[in-house]
Amino acid sequence: MTLTATPRTYAEYSQPLWRRLAATRETAVIGLLVAVVLYATVNVPNFDGPLTLTYLLLDVTPILLIALPMTMVIVTGEIDLSVASVVGLSSVLVGVLHEGGFSIPAAAAVALVAGAACGALNGFLVAYVGLPSLAVTIGTLALYRGLAVGLLGTKAVTDFPDRWTDLATAKIGETGIPLVMVLVVVLAVAFAVLLHFTSFGRGVYDIGLNSEAARFTGVDVARTKLLLFMLAGLVSALAGVYYVLRFGSARGDNATGLELQVIAAVLLGGVSIFGGRGRLHGVLAGVLLIGVVASALRLEGITVNVINIIIGLLLVASVMSPSVLAWVSGKTARRNTRARGPHDASTDAALTEGKNP
Amino acid sequence: MSDTSMRPRPESPVETQHGDQELERLLEPSRQPAAVRAFNTVVRSREMSILLVLVLVVAAATFKNPNFLFSNNGWRDLLLTPSILLLLAAGQAVVIITRNVDLSVGSVLAITAYLTGRLFIDVPGIPILAVVAAGITVGGVLGLVNGLLVSLGRVPALVITLGTMYVYRGIVLTWAGSDRVNAGDMPREFLRLGTRSVLSIPVLFIVAVVVVVAVGYYLHAHRGGREMYAIGSDPNAAVLYGLPVRRRVLSAFVLSGALAGLAGVVHAARYGTVSSGAGASIELEAVAAVVIGGVAIFGGSGTVWGAAIGAMLLVTIDRALPILGIPDFWQRAVVGVLIISAIVLDRVLSVRRTRKLIEARDQS
Repeated sequence: MTLTATPRTYAEYSQPLWRRLAATRETAVIGLLVAVVLYATVNVPNFDGPLTLTYLLLDVTPILLIALPMTMVIVTGEIDLSVASVVGLSSVLVGVLHEGGFSIPAAAAVALVAGAACGALNGFLVAYVGLPSLAVTIGTLALYRGLAVGLLGTKAVTDFPDRWTDLATAKIGETGIPLVMVLVVVLAVAFAVLLHFTSFGRGVYDIGLNSEAARFTGVDVARTKLLLFMLAGLVSALAGVYYVLRFGSARGDNATGLELQVIAAVLLGGVSIFGGRGRLHGVLAGVLLIGVVASALRLEGITVNVINIIIGLLLVASVMSPSVLAWVSGKTARRNTRARGPHDASTDAALTEGKNP
Repeated sequence: MSDTSMRPRPESPVETQHGDQELERLLEPSRQPAAVRAFNTVVRSREMSILLVLVLVVAAATFKNPNFLFSNNGWRDLLLTPSILLLLAAGQAVVIITRNVDLSVGSVLAITAYLTGRLFIDVPGIPILAVVAAGITVGGVLGLVNGLLVSLGRVPALVITLGTMYVYRGIVLTWAGSDRVNAGDMPREFLRLGTRSVLSIPVLFIVAVVVVVAVGYYLHAHRGGREMYAIGSDPNAAVLYGLPVRRRVLSAFVLSGALAGLAGVVHAARYGTVSSGAGASIELEAVAAVVIGGVAIFGGSGTVWGAAIGAMLLVTIDRALPILGIPDFWQRAVVGVLIISAIVLDRVLSVRRTRKLIEARDQS
């Protein structure tokens, strides 16, 4: 084989920009989100009512927040199952410390530090000890939840100053948009810049695509992973503080099962579980899509059970669709370009079969 | 190696002989006498360490309160409580060994547990065996759906079974609603299964042990089982080697689903009441049991026996903590520490073994 036979062609650049943008997973999710919102506005009574948007946004805020660092963690090919337990732990800490005489900001600060420490333990075990993140975070899922339940038992702290609980549900003027969305937007922009416009963010993708190659191009793989897990812990703790103030109650079992909702939303938004692929706008659309579907169905009087089924089906369909599309386009490509020689995409696909989470 | 022959050996004769035995064990275990080899396999196994921890926990709890082991109820609960998790852990171990994971087992358990109750209510006089068969079949079909999606869609099992976990749970929530099957709705003999003992060993525990032994033997000795290890250890190599990867992965999921189905029937017999929330978040406990038992989360190594002992340990610690004076609120924290120490231990052991093997190779 000679290296100079033909100049390399990049298949994806052979199409105009608008077509490339229109054919992405992110666009599909955003399109679906817009379609569902339009459909619900027309057909679902009260969907355009003032309270719907407020409660919708209040409810998805914890998932929106945690989805930001979770996206980055999954892009590196790792996963963090312990986020919901960190939410529980930080909400319990706020409750216990507040009962012990701390002011809310001081208690929240301690909770944030604790959250970052929880993330640091995950990150240390994954990045520096070299353990698989799936196993580590199943362990810390139990550990952090155990600490939360252990600290408070079956009690609940519900005595919080109105000033702070009102702030968590306050709206921006007359718009019906909760004030907490300002925080969400600021963090979303910060994470988008970090992931998409800094060398650190490029390193995150490099690690997900090939961590060995990333190391050789000068990415500090271990430190990057440690930082990402710490960010996940920190933001989860923030979501825990919000959780306490929003519901006015600190309990050990707060936000149980939230980790799977977050991961479902992130994957729905087009992030590959193998790492290296995914964008934040798709993830945000994925979170909102689940929120809007749930809210519209609830207004239709459909119970939470059917919502579970739909979330599950959406998730399965969203991960199956690339495989199905690749299979279809592979068939057409083989039919169209027999002259160009064997297409190696199918053998690649056969080899990735059974690849692990 | 050339430089080893030039270097004088520093060891004394006794140590050399010991070193030779060590070398032989590492490099050519087949040259050792069968009895020595069997002894080494059992004593040095990863399962032995976890069994030791289990024995220590039981001993400590018994020391504090002799009723933990030496009363009728204590003995029965010690064996009966882990039965459900034993079944789930056996299935989960097989799936994880093929480098997949099944998060939907808790939801499958809920479906078949409720199905069990419904069958007894809607079909009066239905034989118990028919209900058990129905539970296993429905579980197997739900597992088949997982397996088909994973092996045909070439999508990671974590995502697929996360999705089907929601779907199956949604199905049972819709089906059962807030309805709950009570003990009065199920026949006496069926509920007696939950408490009956043969030779002072609970029937449900015997069922679980038979399943664990059968699955463990299949993985240990049968061709299909060995192929599952090969697939988990390197999926690409398994494809190139011509192993029926798709079929084996599919059967692993069907097995896991069928065992979860059986666990659902056992759940109904054991607790007498079934609501749609049965088995919530037990899937992570099953994964935890498997990991504690020494099965690598990325497949290819570990045994069903280990997973079974891990499940026993997980449940026993839960019951032993209050006796040892630790409030049971802290139980999950202890479980978490246990999982993390298990995987750290695995890591340390594997690093040490690799180093020893390399040293042994260089010496010979």
